[in-house]
Amino acid sequence: MPNPVISAKSLVKKFKDFEAVKGIDFEVEPGESFGLLGPNGAGKSTTMRMIGAVSNRTSGDLEILGMDPSVDGPKIRAQLGVVPQADNLDQELKVWENLYVYGRYFGIDKKIVKDRLEGLLDFAQLKDKRNEKIDDLSGGMKRRLTIARGLMNEPKIFLLDEPTTGLDPQARHILWDRLFRLREQGTTLVLTTHYMDEAEQLADRLIVVDKGQIMAEGSPAALIRQYSSREVAEVRFGSDSNRSAADALSGVGDRIEVLPDRILIYANNGEEILSEVHRRGLVPITSLVRRSSLEDVFLKLTGRSLID
Amino acid sequence: MSAIIPGLSSMYAGNAGSVISRGVRATKSTNFWIVISGFFEPVFYLLSMGIGLGALVGEVESSGKLVPYAAFIAPALLAVSGMNGAIYDSTMNVFFKLNYGKIYQTMLTTPLGPLDVALGEIFLALLRGGLYATGFLGVMQLFGLNLSWTAILAIPAVIIIAFGFASIGMGITSYMTRFQQLDLIQFFLLPMFLFSATFYPLSVYPEGVQVFIQALPLWHGVELIRALTLGTFSAGHLWHLLYFVVMIVVGLIFTSRRLKKLFQD
Ligand SMILES: Nc1ncnc2c1ncn2[C@@H]1O[C@H](COP(=O)(O)OP(=O)(O)OP(=O)(O)O)[C@@H](O)[C@H]1O
Ligand SMILES: [Mg+2]
Repeated sequence: MPNPVISAKSLVKKFKDFEAVKGIDFEVEPGESFGLLGPNGAGKSTTMRMIGAVSNRTSGDLEILGMDPSVDGPKIRAQLGVVPQADNLDQELKVWENLYVYGRYFGIDKKIVKDRLEGLLDFAQLKDKRNEKIDDLSGGMKRRLTIARGLMNEPKIFLLDEPTTGLDPQARHILWDRLFRLREQGTTLVLTTHYMDEAEQLADRLIVVDKGQIMAEGSPAALIRQYSSREVAEVRFGSDSNRSAADALSGVGDRIEVLPDRILIYANNGEEILSEVHRRGLVPITSLVRRSSLEDVFLKLTGRSLID
Repeated sequence: MSAIIPGLSSMYAGNAGSVISRGVRATKSTNFWIVISGFFEPVFYLLSMGIGLGALVGEVESSGKLVPYAAFIAPALLAVSGMNGAIYDSTMNVFFKLNYGKIYQTMLTTPLGPLDVALGEIFLALLRGGLYATGFLGVMQLFGLNLSWTAILAIPAVIIIAFGFASIGMGITSYMTRFQQLDLIQFFLLPMFLFSATFYPLSVYPEGVQVFIQALPLWHGVELIRALTLGTFSAGHLWHLLYFVVMIVVGLIFTSRRLKKLFQD
């Protein structure tokens, strides 16, 4: 087995006396695509910033590419591509200058930077905006530029903190496609996301984090198998009657989750569940049957819906 | 240097140049007149006090030499112009970048360390301080106020003075979170400008006040530059340089630690 490119042991981050990350362990193999999943405030960004060698750990061990980020920050960051959760583009510079200046921060030769930025403008679909000021870009365009900028140094590890928030479906798919190709070339990906489909598409393996702790770890398929049934029946009775309907449904399926707007019934066969609902004399306003997803894993593990 | 700053490898990537060229690029788009106005302030002082008031005052004694009043205050104003240039960049500009621009956050996610950022920004401040000083020295030459060839050494000296002010100024600015707090800096600078033996010799003060003035950085700057433009420089003036060397080292450590704490904690 090759050495992991990221290795965290009992990793802790405290802000004053608040523990944002409470001793987590994980390893990321070279070329792997690794996901962090968790609700708001789980500690995902805090973990990403420690991996990115911009935030010092409070205790525990952390090795990035065989180096300690609190000793060799600059050397580690030279090999990382970073897409922070909040865009931090340089508003005093134009679009193309943002890429150019960023490349120079890495000490990359001017000529090489100029070559690369053409390709990156293309990828970000911002060729015709190259001379615009940052303030004149739309939110999605800024996001695309931030993502493209992260590739300027051809990183070994690409860290993406909620990369597709604010992107339209087309831009999202272009990014996914690019990430697939990067992975084929051997780039290691570490990403956080709130989109289950994105996690299922992109992550070979993921950890589910809540309140600074790891709740589960595995491939998306394995997690679904382990923590959920094969199918889910979703029924809605209107927000006032969901609770009483749930009482009438007790014992149906493997497990029932009552959400504010709907009831989820977990079972191997969803259609059979819907028949049972009707047999009990309940008539939902709407109903559907779907396969279990990471969303359900998440609900099981944290008792909360991911997007809150 | 790694003995002075523990863990230098985590603070410094040796690429402050990229921070400087970013600054030059960004300044091209800012207001030319704001840059220029900082130059004229000491020139106006020189004209009104030096030439105007100087007609009444006549000659003053400095380091045992009798010199025209304008030649006495001009070097002080030169030191002030260097200080102003450095302070403007290291406070106003840095304040904006710290609090609104997110520019340092971006830099520090790249290999650049806090010391690269501090050095780069301070160099930009020196550039401005150096330009003001060169212009002002030209004005002095025009009025015949440079009494010795050593005046030319005032340019590197002003840059060292500006370096001291910029490296401390940037660290202090890092504590400020509101624009109003920047006025505090002016509140401190104005009396220092007026009382640092700028317009009259230190000897007019009682002993206790003299010691206090001598502890302030501008007085050292004024004495150093004055000795150079009047041609009275001697080995005894070297301790003024030492004062600024210490100020620079302390300022750099202070500022890069602050940046690290703010953005890499
Ligand atoms: N600089 C800081 N100072 C104090 N507390 C912080 C700081 N940064 C993060 N926290 C706290 O740490 C916790 C985890 O924050 P973090 O940003 O890592 O969450 P997250 O999982 O990325 O959430 P989201 O999905 O909303 O982005 C939160 O409670 C947050 O308030
Ligand atoms: Mg986050």
